[in-house]
Amino acid sequence: MEICRHNDQIEISELDPFLAELLRQIPASASPDGLPAAEQRLFSSPTNGKEPELCAEWKIYVEPELRRLFQSATETVAADLEQLNGNEKSLANRTLRIPATHTDAWLSALNQARLVIAAKNNFTDSELSDHFRSPIGSRRDLSLFQINFYGFLQEFILRDLDG
Amino acid sequence: MIPAEQIRPESASPMPPTALYSLFELRASYVSGSAMSRERRRGVGGRAQSKDTGGTTHVSGETGSVTTAEPTKETRSEEDLDVPWQIVVHNDPVNLMSYVTMVFQRVFGYPREKAERHMLEVHHQGRSILWAGMREPAELYVQQLHGYLLLATLEKVS
Repeated sequence: MEICRHNDQIEISELDPFLAELLRQIPASASPDGLPAAEQRLFSSPTNGKEPELCAEWKIYVEPELRRLFQSATETVAADLEQLNGNEKSLANRTLRIPATHTDAWLSALNQARLVIAAKNNFTDSELSDHFRSPIGSRRDLSLFQINFYGFLQEFILRDLDG
Repeated sequence: MIPAEQIRPESASPMPPTALYSLFELRASYVSGSAMSRERRRGVGGRAQSKDTGGTTHVSGETGSVTTAEPTKETRSEEDLDVPWQIVVHNDPVNLMSYVTMVFQRVFGYPREKAERHMLEVHHQGRSILWAGMREPAELYVQQLHGYLLLATLEKVS
């Protein structure tokens, strides 16, 4: 896999089918539906449970806006990922181009996905510090690899934004 | 938080410098979204905060008379609003350190050095107080921080 900046877009080329599939899974992985721990993490309390009136207002007025914000980001990413669904041979390497104007949506969707996966698997701090675990093994190993891969992409986008 | 250098594969290719774009616009859009909710939640211009609980109307089936109960208002006192609040950001093991620094720069307009200081405080101490002041802007800041998926809370300054 290679990542570079071309004019006003980030180009991820030589994407093998495995990494392409991990990218395709970003929108689904970012959804906290049916996962109370993930829901709680994405929509955390503004006061750590204190100030019940403020928490109640937050649920009514702020959470829906946050949901829209997060959903908008994953929709943008999902639309960009359509590029990976071409008519090429299924085992061929792919190229993905992310417009510069979409980088914030990507940062958000990648972060949502990482947080949801971490909450879903209840990873320990020690596991989350293991950035070189092989994806080959258990489903848990694969999930940890997914978090690390998405983190790598976030890091690249951040460096790009930083100039 | 995760140090960025730990997750960079060796094959990562360096990025050419690019112009700083969209930061202002993006920040502005978050503020704009927050302000919209503010109007719905608080009303604008008032110093004290009030909340309508709504009136109720009852029609008597026997007499046909209509009685309307006056809506009640819950009003927070000036004293309540004058209590300073602080914004605390808490550590979480998933967010990248570089990401947290960027968010502090964007939301609070802090220079990189200050943003990094706070990020490191969050990383090492588990929390950092990012800002203190009146409740309304504090709520807006926390909303923005939650928009960036950081663990942030409001606390009354004791």
